[in-house]
Amino acid sequence: MAPHARDAARTSPVDSLVTRHRLRPLELLPWVLVIPPYWLFDTYLPLGSEILIMVLFALSLDLILGYAGIVTLGHAAFFGLGAYTAGILAANGWGEPISGLAAAAAVAGATGYVTGRIILRAHGLTLLMMTLVIVLALNEAANRMGWLTGGADGLSGIEMWPLLGLFRFDLYGRTGYVYAAAVLFVAWIFVRRIVHSPFGRSLTGIRENVTRMHAIGVPVRTRQVTIYAIAAVLAGIAGGLLAQTTQSVALTVMTFERSGAILIMLVLGGVGRLYGAFVGVPAYMIAQDNLARLDPVYWYFWVGLMLVVVVLFARGGILGIVDRARDLVVRRRP
Amino acid sequence: MDQALAIAVSILFLGTAYAMILYIISVGLSVTMGLMGFQNLAHGVFAMAGGYVCTRTMAEFGVPFLPSLVLAFVVVAAISVAFERLLYARLYGAGELEQVLFTIGLAFMAIAAAKFMFGPISQRVDLPDYLKGQIEFMGRGFPTYRVFLIVVGVAIIAALWLAIERTTFGAQVRAAVDNRRMAESLGINTGRLFTLTFALGSGLAGLGGALGADILPVDPGYPLRHLVYFLIVVAVGGLGSLRGPFVAALLLGIGDSACTILVPQIGAFFVYAVTLGLLLWRPQGLFGRM
Amino acid sequence: MTTAALEVQGLNKNFGALVVANAIDFRLEPGARHALIGPNGAGKTTFVNLLTGRLQPTSGRILLGGDDITALSQEQRVKRGLGRTFQINQLFKGLSVLENVTLAVGERAGVAGDMFRVAGTHRGVVEEAYGLLERLGIADDALKLVREVPYGRQRLVEIALALALNPKVLLLDEPAAGVPQGESKVILDVVAALSPDIAMLIIEHDMDIVFRIAKRITVLVQGAVLIEGTPQEIAADRQVREVYLGERDHG
Repeated sequence: MAPHARDAARTSPVDSLVTRHRLRPLELLPWVLVIPPYWLFDTYLPLGSEILIMVLFALSLDLILGYAGIVTLGHAAFFGLGAYTAGILAANGWGEPISGLAAAAAVAGATGYVTGRIILRAHGLTLLMMTLVIVLALNEAANRMGWLTGGADGLSGIEMWPLLGLFRFDLYGRTGYVYAAAVLFVAWIFVRRIVHSPFGRSLTGIRENVTRMHAIGVPVRTRQVTIYAIAAVLAGIAGGLLAQTTQSVALTVMTFERSGAILIMLVLGGVGRLYGAFVGVPAYMIAQDNLARLDPVYWYFWVGLMLVVVVLFARGGILGIVDRARDLVVRRRP
Repeated sequence: MDQALAIAVSILFLGTAYAMILYIISVGLSVTMGLMGFQNLAHGVFAMAGGYVCTRTMAEFGVPFLPSLVLAFVVVAAISVAFERLLYARLYGAGELEQVLFTIGLAFMAIAAAKFMFGPISQRVDLPDYLKGQIEFMGRGFPTYRVFLIVVGVAIIAALWLAIERTTFGAQVRAAVDNRRMAESLGINTGRLFTLTFALGSGLAGLGGALGADILPVDPGYPLRHLVYFLIVVAVGGLGSLRGPFVAALLLGIGDSACTILVPQIGAFFVYAVTLGLLLWRPQGLFGRM
Repeated sequence: MTTAALEVQGLNKNFGALVVANAIDFRLEPGARHALIGPNGAGKTTFVNLLTGRLQPTSGRILLGGDDITALSQEQRVKRGLGRTFQINQLFKGLSVLENVTLAVGERAGVAGDMFRVAGTHRGVVEEAYGLLERLGIADDALKLVREVPYGRQRLVEIALALALNPKVLLLDEPAAGVPQGESKVILDVVAALSPDIAMLIIEHDMDIVFRIAKRITVLVQGAVLIEGTPQEIAADRQVREVYLGERDHG
């Protein structure tokens, strides 16, 4: 083998790892698709905003579930904390949206950090129960503190100031849609950066084999707590967005059901793939919008069946199926 | 003073009756989770199924209450064998996430099926006359049905503990929970053992659902509504233990009754907070193996 | 007396009534080629787990380069130069071979906590990992997922992950376990070619491997040290033959 040929063989595996983070054109697809609805489906813009918000929420869950491998039934706790923080601020005379989101992020993040430090020592059923019990306890607290949260009637009287002092939150949800899309875009850049960072790769290592991570000197729990807090921040922002764009907060923001629903949406799209959230959430929510109204009983049935099928036959969700289909096509070709 | 005593007695009494139901439903979950390390969030389905078997056979075929309880046990145990062999067995050794999602999916489907077959309203339980009314004891009245729950509960628990402690089957279960590989190398067929244990645990859940149908009303939302309490009993009690979940069920049953009666405004919050505290204090549960 | 690379003083470990480590005293000299042998259930892997901090001893002390590390966590011990391999592969099966090793190199180089730069920024880390693969002769598999690589080569990845930490002390837990006879030679060659600066403790079942590599041997029986000596001394020892070597004839 000629020396330069060996050189080429030598550098290429390294290069493929070093350049893996580079943006592929397909990754911009969600951002192209997000634009037309603004003009085309303007009666559906509130649903559109909600989808974008839930994508952000699912994206935050993907960080801890898909990358760090922490199974949680309580992620809605942070969504709810963010929603109530932003909502309560706005209902009490501080309707500035951006700082409201910052406050939502701070409260959710701080709670994520503290609870993460406490509960991430546990594993399996114990950890699952802790995440579940925390969201239930917070829900119950919000329910009982009616003077602050509006309790079971929901928080009312939220008045948002214009975004950046310029754009009013209009009745059709135009401002809300653009606002949600912009926040999601910034969050996506941030999450993508984390996923491709050495820190993000080490999370994948923890998910793949925690025993080995300990044996190569990784401070496993510190990493887990860090990502748990980051995910809480993002979930809090998503919750804050929902409160601000819908100008209401109900107890349902912070329930086991919402934790379960977001988990299901993410699984439907594909876990640990960064874009599972972008696929699963719209698919689920649009289907729900059309089917659930007809008959909620069957909706439950189909969701249940979908979960069973995904687990038995299609781990990796919709994106996993797309991957496999592409592999088939590529392999067919000579 | 006398009034405080009366309240304390009634908390203990109601709580213990509730605890019996929680324990009978959850104990199977504890043993199967301990045996196979399977995260089963669909266990409430079996309790609900037992409740339906009991109430429907009474309403439609005029089966008396006591035989309908037996039916609930037998039918649910039989159904669960099919579930275990056809579905659960595929996921032994799968990841935690897969097991959680799969069993949530099963619970969702069961909820929809129950609503389709029996409608959204909760089932009425026609208690036989001898379980209505009150029993006088030490100058106080106790509802007969709940006295019955406690008596039957104690009897079932005694039988179960005897079965696990004294029979070959029980010894095999204990060995397998303790160390599955060791048990297998001793020639115990753990697959068959697990099917049997699963059937027993699910049958008990069905029986518990039937027995408790008057306290925990049987309706389609049942499997998820009560899931948290079943899981608390298992997690706080400790996986793979018989005694642990019993203590946990008593704590939960009595604690829940106390909260409802004494501090309704804090209510469930207190239960969740205490659960979290207990789990932090003993992550393996009160009687779990370290 | 020079400072031992690794030293164990009066190490005990009980699980309830079960004693798995019984007053173990042990020295691993700098640059040692030391084997730990013993019949099944002698507590060899438990001993490794105590050394690395996966298990906490009931009593006793562990010194690494003269410093007491008994109270340190696994990761702190690794940072001080204690590396290990596992008897049963502990790899990141869903990641490529190169990325497996890159994770370990990145961790040792202290860049793995970096959250705001993409991993590609640290090109040197990846190159070092690739160089290690070349040294072990598995560079061809660099981009394959670990689970798609044959078991024998996975064992080399197992060793590469430990070497990536630049350990001063390396604990090899049956490096050739589960590998077909024909392929184990490659692994042993790799082990034999390790830098003499690394003090190595190899836990092994296969006496051919032990006698080929080890300059000193410790025999562990029922959690206690039975005897320590050169391979010749061990081979000649009647007690060892009874408890261990003899066992192979009818086992």
